[in-house]
Parts: sequence; structure tokens; C-alpha cells
Amino acid sequence: MNTTIMLFLLQDGITNGAIYALLGLALVLVFAVTRVILIPQGEFVTYGALTYASLASGQMPGTAKLALAMGIGACAFDLFVARKTLHSRLILRSILANIVLPAIVLALTIYFAAQKPPVAVCIALSLVIVAMIGLYLYRIAFQPLAHTSVLVLLIASVGVHLALQGLGLLFFGAEGQRGPAVLSGAFTAGSLRFTGQSLTVYGITIAFIVGLWLFFGLTLYGKALRATAVNRLGARLAGIRTTLSGQIAFLLASVIGALSGIMIVPITTLYYDSGFLIGLKGFVAAIIGGLVSYPLTAGAAVFVGIVEAFSSFYASNYKEVIVFMLLIPVLLLRSLAAPAVEEEKD
Amino acid sequence: MSALLSVTDAHVAYGKVEAVRSVGLEVGENEIVTIVGANGAGKTTLLSAIMGILPLKGRVAFAGQDLARLDIEDRVAMGLGLVPEHRELFVTMNVEDNLELGAFRIERSKARASIEQVYALFPRLKERRKQLAGTLSGGEQQMLAMGRALMGAPKLLMLDEPSLGLAPIIVADIFRIITELRASGVSVLLVEQNAQAALKIADHAYVMELGEFVLSGKASDIAANERVAASYLGFQHEAASAL
Repeated sequence: MNTTIMLFLLQDGITNGAIYALLGLALVLVFAVTRVILIPQGEFVTYGALTYASLASGQMPGTAKLALAMGIGACAFDLFVARKTLHSRLILRSILANIVLPAIVLALTIYFAAQKPPVAVCIALSLVIVAMIGLYLYRIAFQPLAHTSVLVLLIASVGVHLALQGLGLLFFGAEGQRGPAVLSGAFTAGSLRFTGQSLTVYGITIAFIVGLWLFFGLTLYGKALRATAVNRLGARLAGIRTTLSGQIAFLLASVIGALSGIMIVPITTLYYDSGFLIGLKGFVAAIIGGLVSYPLTAGAAVFVGIVEAFSSFYASNYKEVIVFMLLIPVLLLRSLAAPAVEEEKD
Repeated sequence: MSALLSVTDAHVAYGKVEAVRSVGLEVGENEIVTIVGANGAGKTTLLSAIMGILPLKGRVAFAGQDLARLDIEDRVAMGLGLVPEHRELFVTMNVEDNLELGAFRIERSKARASIEQVYALFPRLKERRKQLAGTLSGGEQQMLAMGRALMGAPKLLMLDEPSLGLAPIIVADIFRIITELRASGVSVLLVEQNAQAALKIADHAYVMELGEFVLSGKASDIAANERVAASYLGFQHEAASAL
């Protein structure tokens, strides 16, 4: 192996690692706040990527309709729960957020899909659509189970993953798609070639990590999210609704997922089920971070990306095997280092 | 004038075991009411149920409104605050963030004013405002828990064993602050094992045994009651009168 190949693999690994880092951070966030191990994170990636690619090629993505359907479901849940204390303001707010908003987005999507919109519009629409799906998903699948055990939430999470993957096949078909680069062009530095797309990935990842850091460190809602993660009862006693924290966490996770998808789809062809494997690599990083540590997760994600790049060079048939094998020593070490943790009661 | 908090015929059960049976109590405005009783009498259970953490059978009204359908968060927004026995602080966050979050439901401009009031009440918290809550001493954590609850501008603050595990000098401090709260218009419902100290500052008192109230009345009368003195005040009472 010469230096050029090594540098190239390193660059490739860091690009992928940056995306795994975002996904890993989203997983840690959602788990800390809601105790949900977010397996459908991968579907957010696929939905974001394929919605973007469909729009860019002038096709109507089915996800916009799904968002409206899920919004109607979420609204029905809201009304059912509030049936005894029907405040007109609450009903109006629920209808606005769950039905009117996705209906407007659906109308915009239909309007723009017909005329091959510019990249920025495709990105914005894809992000909004997937963000709404994430928000309604929490309302429909996880909020009613919020008080149950981690295991029940995990089972729901697997169910949601399977359902969304099936819907993905329905909406986007079995064919893979690619999207246009967010930033085209490239430049070379020495023997390395940097494409605009890979620079976009670095830039957006760093911007997002800094943004999250500021959000959690400085804003009241960010702090409320951390508070819920640290002490659920304490947060409730301070008047912070667990459901509000859950909604913010899912919103962030779905936006992060969709954004990752939009960044990957110009580099690799994505299929309706590709997201799962990508999400799992974020999961490997999150596990290395113990599902609690954000910096450790981000670091581990870059490591996972680099290991993947090198193993695809040396033993491409086994690249997934090698990446997932990383988990075994980590889990062994963790089980030795930390005593068994009992599930939090609340 | 109707009471600020009124509980009628309350039952709280853990599965089939009834921890609180047919309890009724009232807390008026500008009043300190204490519930004394031995460990396991059901005092903490009752407070948790009033706050909405545990399901309660019976009627709880606060400021004239029935609380039955309201979540913990709604009760907080109405002006009911609880400082739980285990304090439930955000241990990985600093003192100031803990306090700021206590005012989550309050307007930002008012929150800034109330943080200064809390610092005036607990100067120690101001000194430690950038320190992580988990690294504070037990007494400081208790102050922080009370401060966080006060940030929500409660009309009634429920305190569960605020003196538990604290040094006597800090306990005295905390009881002094409770009387200051009453002076500033906050009612207090105080659950204490340290019956003597609680009865000294309270206006009204209830004695709880095995999930039921066995005695109630003016705090000074309860403190003078022989049965109470024998069961809960014991040597403390003699020691205190010897001082």
C-alpha cells in the first residue's frame, strides 16, 4: 500500500465517519431523552435521500403523502387523549400542526415536483417532509408507550423500522437512486482530490455538531432536553413536559437522518433499505460511546468510518463483518468496566 | 375564605396495598402546615399523589380547581411545587442551569428577577452558581432543590423531609428560610420526621400513622399533646426544654 491509497482511504473513511457521527449523535440524543433505541433512524436517512433524489428528477415522492396520513393519525391521537378536556385552542393547534402543515407541504411538493425544482428547494422540502414524519412518528408510536420499559420501546422501534422500510419500497421502488451533488466541482491538493460534495459533508457535519453544542449549552429548550435526559422526574417537577422533550428529540433525529441521506445520495446509490445498514454503523458508534457520551460517539463514528474504508480495500467481502465485529471487544470491555445497571424506574 | 389546597377522602395504593387511607387536609394562604409521623407512615406517598406522581382516589383541589385530570406539569404551572425527598436535581448541570429550568414555565423576564430572589434567599447558591449540582454538599443540594422549585413561582411549596441527613446548623437555616417563605406569601406543606422543629414553625399540623391521620390541630396544641410528645418528640422534647 502506498501513501496515496492510504490517504485516499482515510479521506473516504472520514467522509463516511462524519455521517455516522451525526447519526450516532442523534441515536444518543433520542435514547437519553426518550429511552427509545431509534432503529428507524436509518429510514430517516433513506427517506431524506430518496425524497431529495425523486424531487430532483421531477418525480413526486410518496413520503409527502405519508406525512399527511401520519399527521391525521397524530391528530386523531391528540383528540382522543383530550376528549374529556376539549379546549378549542388545543384542538386548533393540533389540527394546524398535524393536518394543515403537512397538507401545505404536500401541495408545495406536488407543485414543485412537476417542474424540476432547484437543489435548494429539493433539500428544504425533503427536510421538512422527513421532519414531520419523525414528529408524527413519535406521537403515534412512542408517546403512548413513553412510560413503558426500554424493551417495549425497542420492540415498537423494530416494528416502526419494518413498517417504514416496507413503505419505502412502496414509495421508491426496488431501484436505487442517486441525487445531484449539493456542491459540484472539485479541487486537488497534492495527490488528494476533494470533491465539493465531500467538503459539504465535512462542513455540514461540523456546523451541525457546533449547532447542537450551542443548542444544548445555551438555549432553554436545549437545557430542558438535557434535564429530561438527566432526571425525568426532576424535569417534570420543573414543569418540562416529557412529551415536548420527546418531540424535540425526534424532530432533531429525523432532520439529522434526512440531512445525512441528502449528503450521501450524491456519492452512493441508495436503495429503499440502504438506510438500515448506514444507521447501524451510527449505532455501533453510539454503543462505543455507551449511548451516553456525545464526544466519544463522534470520535468512534470517525473510527468506524476509517475501519470500514480500510476493510473495504483489503477484504471488501467482509467489510460489514469487520465493522460490526468492533462491537464485540467494546461490549466485553464495557461489561467488565461497568457494573450491571438496573433499568431506571419512574 | 376557601383553602389554597384541600384534599378530601384521599386514598393512595401501591397495587393492593393502601399506603394512604381516607385522608383529608387543608392548607390556607400564607400558612405553614406540617405532617409529622414515623418513617413509612405514608407521608411521602401522600405528597407524591397530591403532585400527580402517583394516582390518587379522592378529591384534590388547588386554588379552587379540581386537579384530577391535570398532569404534574400542569400542576406546576398552576403554582404547586414539590421538593421531593431525593431532590431530583439535574446533577450534570450547573446550579444556574438548574435554577433556570425551574422557571421553564415562567416568562423569561420574570425568571431573571426570581433568580436574584433565590440567590438572596440562598447566598451560598450564588457563590456556587457555575458548579455542577452533583458536586454540591447535601445541604447545598437541598437549597438548590428548594431554589429550583421557587423559580416556578409556586403559591404552595410542598417540602418532603428537607432536613434529612443534614447537619443541625444547616437544618436551622432551612427552617428559618421556610418561615421567610411564608412571610413572602408562599404557603408551605412540610413533611418532616424532625417533628419538633417542624411543629415549632408550623401553624397547623397533622399526625400520620400507618396511612391515616390520627390527630390534627394547631401546631402548638399538637406539640403539647402528650401522646405526640411520647411518640415523636421523645428525648428531643426534654432536651429542648432543658436548653
